[in-house]
Amino acid sequence: MRDVAIVSFAQAPNVRCETERNEVEMLMPVVAEALAASGIARGEIGFTVSGSCDYIAGQPFAFVSGIDAVGPWPPINESHVEMDGAFALYEAWLKIQSGEVDSALVYAFGKSSMGDIAEVLTLQLDPYTVAPLWPDAVSLAALQARVALDRSRVTERAMAEVAARSRRSAKANPNAQLRGDFDVDALLAEPYLVAPLRKHDCPPVTDGAAAVVLAAGELASRSCARPAWIRGIDHRIECHSLGARDLARSASTEIAGEKAGAFTGSFDVAELHAPFTHQELILCSALRMAPSVSVNPSGGALAANAVMVTGLIRLGEAAARIHAGDARRVLAHATSGPCLQQNLVCVMEA
Amino acid sequence: MTEIVKSITTPIRLEYVYRPGRATSRFLRGLAEGRILGQRCPVTGKVYVPPRGASPTHGVPTEEEVEVRDTGTVTTFCIVRIPSEGLSIPPPFVAAHILLDGADIPFFALIHECPFDQVRMGMRVKAVWVSKEELAPTFESIRYFKPLDEPDAPFESYREHL
Repeated sequence: MRDVAIVSFAQAPNVRCETERNEVEMLMPVVAEALAASGIARGEIGFTVSGSCDYIAGQPFAFVSGIDAVGPWPPINESHVEMDGAFALYEAWLKIQSGEVDSALVYAFGKSSMGDIAEVLTLQLDPYTVAPLWPDAVSLAALQARVALDRSRVTERAMAEVAARSRRSAKANPNAQLRGDFDVDALLAEPYLVAPLRKHDCPPVTDGAAAVVLAAGELASRSCARPAWIRGIDHRIECHSLGARDLARSASTEIAGEKAGAFTGSFDVAELHAPFTHQELILCSALRMAPSVSVNPSGGALAANAVMVTGLIRLGEAAARIHAGDARRVLAHATSGPCLQQNLVCVMEA
Repeated sequence: MTEIVKSITTPIRLEYVYRPGRATSRFLRGLAEGRILGQRCPVTGKVYVPPRGASPTHGVPTEEEVEVRDTGTVTTFCIVRIPSEGLSIPPPFVAAHILLDGADIPFFALIHECPFDQVRMGMRVKAVWVSKEELAPTFESIRYFKPLDEPDAPFESYREHL
């Protein structure tokens, strides 16, 4: 295995609706900032890979125009995943492991405000027997929350505490969208949105973009004073049929965590991609998270949720704690699909 | 006997709000004034129209605005005879790539007022706009392009843009 590290990270401010700039206009400064921070010249990047979803833009091949932001001339070695950018980062890590390249630029973008994101996500379901019923993303999350409440130690109060803590932590994150102090009792007095979920249990609708630079070995050490070395990274997927899964636990996170080394040693920080409050509780249980770990100091997906970007931001935020010298060992997690269907776990060390 | 289901229909409809961004917004507002606005790459000097805000080759902002002419050269074309769903124009019609004078990238448009067998590469054409009252921030402000009474452009002048 080659030593590979996240050497830089940049993100656009997460906003409810970016009315002025298109995706490329949002991405350009983010890509430029990540490259500049790495010190690796545009033309020296070995591999470029992005994560986005054309259904979010509502335009076929929207991902192809995204590449205008990186300036692919002369022609570059490039790839794309129709997934969160965290999974693009996994592809970049593999590419570097193959020995073919020593560095990679990973970027992600998504303007959820352009459509009804909860309905857009319906299209990732079984197109014959599930999608025609149009269960939106919030309704499916509510089904999962119901199972969690009935079958595990998850409570509505614990869920509200996750929301309050996330948005309190987000006060220290200038790029967060939703931040502030909320009283748990007051939150619990609010009506249900889709029972058993209240509004605070759900993520905001967000437009965003992010970029990360990966480098191997000596190049990483030259590019960054404190590289965030990837000590383990793994992702696992559960079956497509929601009825066949145990929604109260995350079996795929448990296995990915095991393979990534999440159960050997402690963490200073964990950035978990949990768009809904109960999902953070399910993930903490799957990852056997100790109470001493600072979970989502950025505010997490409950403070900003640019779909297709949120997972990559978790990896970037966790790495940035190491870059800044605030943490020695961190865990980052990203998810994809309905009700935590697919999960990626990454362990990084200074 | 059990009948096999051979197909099902599952209608899907999603609605979006399209926000063109800064550069394309300026281009669309230009059309409402009867002008075609591109933007120049600060590295190569090439003028892109319609602009999207980035130099597609160098990934840097294209901030300098450049007005291009509404005349140009046909670089390539095809004659569409197949009707397709959602198409507002009845076939047959000519769809062409037109390199506008002052631009460095061809522009997609229709050609009318010309028999099909006379449309050719290198042909000089000019935009036919809607009336002043009908001008709006939309591609439809240009109805189509028609032939100009000018000699064809030499192949060398547009070979880079094929």
